[in-house]
Amino acid sequence: MPELIVNREIATDTYRYLTEEDAVPATGDVIVPLVVWQAQADSLQARDGRTGVWLASDQLAEDLDERIHQADVVAIEFPKFVDGRGFSTAYLLRNRLNYQGELRAIGDILLDQLFYLQRVGFNAFLLPDGKPAAKGLELLEPISVRYQASTDTPCPLFRQLESA
Amino acid sequence: MYVYNDYDQQLVDDRVEQFREQTRRYLAGDLEEAEFLPLRLQNGLYIQRHAPMLRIAIPYGMLASNQLRKLADIADEYDRGYGHFSTRQNIQLNWPELERVPDILAELAKVEMHAIQTSGNCIRNTSTDQFAGVLADEVVDPRPYCELIRQWSTFHPEFAFLPRKFKIAVNSAASTDRAATRVHDIGVQIIRNDAGELGYRVYAGGGLGRTPVIGEVVSEFVEEKHLLTYIEAIVRVYNQHGRRDNKFKARIKILVRAMGIEKFRAKVEAEWAHLKDNDSTLTGAEIERMKAHFSEPNYEDLPATDPAVEQLKADSKGFRNWLERNATEHRVPGYTAITLSLKKTGVAPGDITSKQMRAAADLADRYSVGEARVSHFQNLILADVRVSDLPALWEEAKANGFATPNIGTLTDIICCPGGDFCSLANAKSIPIAEQIQRQFDDLDYVYDLGNLELNISGCMNACGHHHVGNIGILGVDKKGAEFYQISLGGDSGLDASLGKILGPSFNAEEVPSVIEKIIDVYVKERTEEEEFIDTVRRVGIKPFKEQVYA
Repeated sequence: MPELIVNREIATDTYRYLTEEDAVPATGDVIVPLVVWQAQADSLQARDGRTGVWLASDQLAEDLDERIHQADVVAIEFPKFVDGRGFSTAYLLRNRLNYQGELRAIGDILLDQLFYLQRVGFNAFLLPDGKPAAKGLELLEPISVRYQASTDTPCPLFRQLESA
Repeated sequence: MYVYNDYDQQLVDDRVEQFREQTRRYLAGDLEEAEFLPLRLQNGLYIQRHAPMLRIAIPYGMLASNQLRKLADIADEYDRGYGHFSTRQNIQLNWPELERVPDILAELAKVEMHAIQTSGNCIRNTSTDQFAGVLADEVVDPRPYCELIRQWSTFHPEFAFLPRKFKIAVNSAASTDRAATRVHDIGVQIIRNDAGELGYRVYAGGGLGRTPVIGEVVSEFVEEKHLLTYIEAIVRVYNQHGRRDNKFKARIKILVRAMGIEKFRAKVEAEWAHLKDNDSTLTGAEIERMKAHFSEPNYEDLPATDPAVEQLKADSKGFRNWLERNATEHRVPGYTAITLSLKKTGVAPGDITSKQMRAAADLADRYSVGEARVSHFQNLILADVRVSDLPALWEEAKANGFATPNIGTLTDIICCPGGDFCSLANAKSIPIAEQIQRQFDDLDYVYDLGNLELNISGCMNACGHHHVGNIGILGVDKKGAEFYQISLGGDSGLDASLGKILGPSFNAEEVPSVIEKIIDVYVKERTEEEEFIDTVRRVGIKPFKEQVYA
């Protein structure tokens, strides 16, 4: 079972991850592919249960509109851990679209990437099978200094020091 | 030079512990090879032909004497007593043991050094002119801007897994470009606009490798304070749109070409519109803070010339030659910049022994405010030498193997480690450099040929910058045998151009005589005062081709 971290705590995953072919159940928590979300926005709102959107790595922030704020969770998929598009997608979701809800990294992520993922705006991590969440929590903060601004640090270090 | 504050030190100390923990997990089998790979690469650690290779960052080439001594100690304790300066102002150790790399990093951290982002698909070491700060024609000292970029890019959370590696170079000289900015992913040319305001002309999409491209202008003028946000906009566009399906088409140059510069520029400008004037915009105080780290040394009021030096010049041809090739004019009278050549025949270009590192540290302390610089041409520079010290420095440079008077000439060869060390290489490069140096052992003849850049890469990854050598040599594999393709007309300067391939490749033994034929054509065709590159540009490669393949 893949382990989940939400807001720096180990959590139980209540969501089912649906493909385009899957019928959306009337109840229960689901995460649906972006095309399903875009095609069925209204009916998804009416269902009983939480609904999230699943973004593939080539689906960028510019492909989204204001309906994203209705999502209970946005899951950004990393097909391979070297594919870093999701870092920019997360940054833009938080800073350009001002998305405030849960932002979950799914797919092939490394425990050693959690620090960067957290910095750009992810607050939830669905770890690949075999990666212990307890170890992930230990690795959330390996570097204590942040030079540059990102979602977690709107002000770069030089400005913080200037106003200190 | 830049001196760490508590934050800078904490960051490198944290990194040492992070990498120690990652290495421990890898050796314990908790991290798979493929997972450890990007982690070690972002710390400059390759697995090479014989052993791991560790690339240590030398930000924009600046080295303090205590750092040189530490590198010497590390080379002795953890390696085989030498290092190799790379073409991007870094230094590489060829024989460290993986298990001991965390200890090397801990040693480096003690002298404000690290190996962060010296490899991997992230933003690499920012490079610049090795004479930064002492050139008469530079707009401003580029180093404060390089340091701003270094800090911004260090552990940038969004840009650590780019489609491919990403290199930034900064040039501030008006008449030369020793930083090869036009063949970088981003090239920053510091300029003043018509109103006299400081800013940058920003290029993107340059690069060497298997598809060499000269960068194109993204913006003719970006205001000084917008340096970081403008770069951020470019890198964000690249991170989202750069190709990830084919590593050979993943550099930003391919994206800029595929999109076209107009559309690429429009995307960058649209992204930047969101960032302009945000909190990452530089403040005057921050720019001043950085500049204070590169404040001018206490130059003395000295006469421009020295009678003893003039006398020695009159008496000694060797001294004259050395000054002619290895001294660079300094903007302050009575001072000069001296290049310590690491291109002695019989030594791999850019290699330096631990003994030489210590000697260079001593020379830097005694003759040049305790600092040395590394050039992308793989030599060491003492930038602030008193003219009156030149005779003494010359003697000591000779005694330590630094005085080969060949800077800028045919034998000042840029060369990658090649097939002797590198697992990517198709062919050896170091022995080719040596053969050419031996072929052209007549100094007077080499001087007569004037400025001539000869660059050798052992494979199409082009670490030896062969595309932008006036003469470029590329190692290729032909049915398992090592061959060499020769190109002419490359130039990495302001008027950057890519070399044109002469024709079918040659085996190693043929290379020196082919170079000799090329030189013969130049000597025959040149007009007075015409440098090699000018002749090639004027007559084209046809006469060379005819002679070489006759």
